[in-house]
Amino acid sequence: MSHAETMIPPQPAPPGIARPFTAQRLLGNIALGVWLAASVGLFLLMVDGWDPEKFAKYGPSFISGLGVTLGLVGASITLGALLSLPIAFARMSKNKILGWAAYAYVYFFRGTPLIAQLFLVYYGLGSFRPQMEAIGLWWFFRDAWNCALLTFTLNTAAYQAEILRGAIQSVPRGQTEAAAALGLPPRISFFKVILPQALIVALRPYGNEIILMIKGSAIVAIVTVFDLMGETRRAFSRTFDYQMYVWAAILYLIMVEILRNLWAWLEDRITRHLKR
Amino acid sequence: MSGLFAALSSAVAWLASVIDPLCGPIGIFRLFGSGTLLACDNAGWGDEISYGFMITATLAIATLPVGLVLGFFIALAKQSEERSLRLASNIYTTIFRGLPELLTLFIVYYGLQILVQQFLASLGYEGPVEINAFVAGMIALGVVFSAYCSEVLLSAFKAIPRGQYEAGDALGLHRGKTMRLIILPQLVRIALPGLGNLWMALLKDTALVSVIGLPDILRQTGVAARVSKQAFEFFAVACLLFLILAMLSSIVFSALERWTKRSEAGR
Repeated sequence: MSHAETMIPPQPAPPGIARPFTAQRLLGNIALGVWLAASVGLFLLMVDGWDPEKFAKYGPSFISGLGVTLGLVGASITLGALLSLPIAFARMSKNKILGWAAYAYVYFFRGTPLIAQLFLVYYGLGSFRPQMEAIGLWWFFRDAWNCALLTFTLNTAAYQAEILRGAIQSVPRGQTEAAAALGLPPRISFFKVILPQALIVALRPYGNEIILMIKGSAIVAIVTVFDLMGETRRAFSRTFDYQMYVWAAILYLIMVEILRNLWAWLEDRITRHLKR
Repeated sequence: MSGLFAALSSAVAWLASVIDPLCGPIGIFRLFGSGTLLACDNAGWGDEISYGFMITATLAIATLPVGLVLGFFIALAKQSEERSLRLASNIYTTIFRGLPELLTLFIVYYGLQILVQQFLASLGYEGPVEINAFVAGMIALGVVFSAYCSEVLLSAFKAIPRGQYEAGDALGLHRGKTMRLIILPQLVRIALPGLGNLWMALLKDTALVSVIGLPDILRQTGVAARVSKQAFEFFAVACLLFLILAMLSSIVFSALERWTKRSEAGR
């Protein structure tokens, strides 16, 4: 029979696992250092070139440019969503001619650059001025903003139609059959059974499409619409101050990041019932 | 040595003029466009547009390897165990996926110009500096492409089971060889559809370099439109040329996809 007479004296905590200084760590620190140096450099550049007069002069125009960008994107996404419905259904229809027409539309707008489409509408249709005036459409095509809205709507409708089609076709057939077995009419089974499930699938691509539109809308600056990019270019051409581009970059990054986080939250929220 | 280079470049120019799909001996414009605005002589715009077509294709093809290699290393950095490396590469993708391509292009074009000018000024050279628009376009598009590419490759990396790496270890292959012989072939197969989409986006983004003055398809057709006052026709030609490029690349990509899947068991 033996027992311990003394307690074990307190020991120091075991040493933490040593993190060796690997090549990866060195590389990572260098990369972070580069980012840090770049951001400090940009900050110093902005402090150095800070001019309250310029800020007072160009600040409000940046805000109005931001408004133009958001308005243009919001309007074209909404109108494009409306237009994408018939295109998506034409693409899925059994009618061959309708299907081919929708396919050609989508292929054209997804296969050519947005900027070429914008030029085609703004400069190309603009060259038909007498004919336009004859049918009373010239007031619409005279304004660059309208042309941009039309182009963006047509373009995003093609992309959204593909998103919608993919999402609707991703819902298993059994869902349609189940709704039919319950005696639901096709219209109700589409809106109450198929579409809600399709929209969950479509949510992420829709978010990406909006982000792409925000980024793509910068090109309207080239056809004299003063959106955020246009205001930036105007301010740069007057001051030759590189800061203007930095400000625009920060504003665009903020917009995109807000949207991205909002979308992540939204997706998290509406897929609650799918989580375990 | 310079004579060799001159001979080489003239040989390349001769080859390009022979295989030119628009204004070559069997080019589309040469066969069907003579006498119209698209003729390949001084009367028409065919040769200018054909030059722009070559510039667009060259820019996209020259940007691709830059973006792919950069994107590959960023994807590696993103799945590294080292936190600082992950953070640094995530900052990179957040910035370059969030900025409009046009703005990235301007920032690179004017920023490089300012940087080079200041660098040369510190060396005592005071004079106007102009950055080559092709190089600026290549850098800007390559950076954007690499940011998207790293995401595609990262998800492809995640689709490859750990066991594949362990199998490489068990065979006694060192890490580079495991990557080259085991991981990369599978990675290409998984990532190819995503990379195909990125290539299409790259092809369309090259149209933006016309804004900084590179004579690509859109710039050349734009000049032709302004001079001839037939804007709709010329921009329609530009759209058609981009469509042709897109069709050609989708043919190439489906062939590539078949080629990478040749060793998969048929189902």
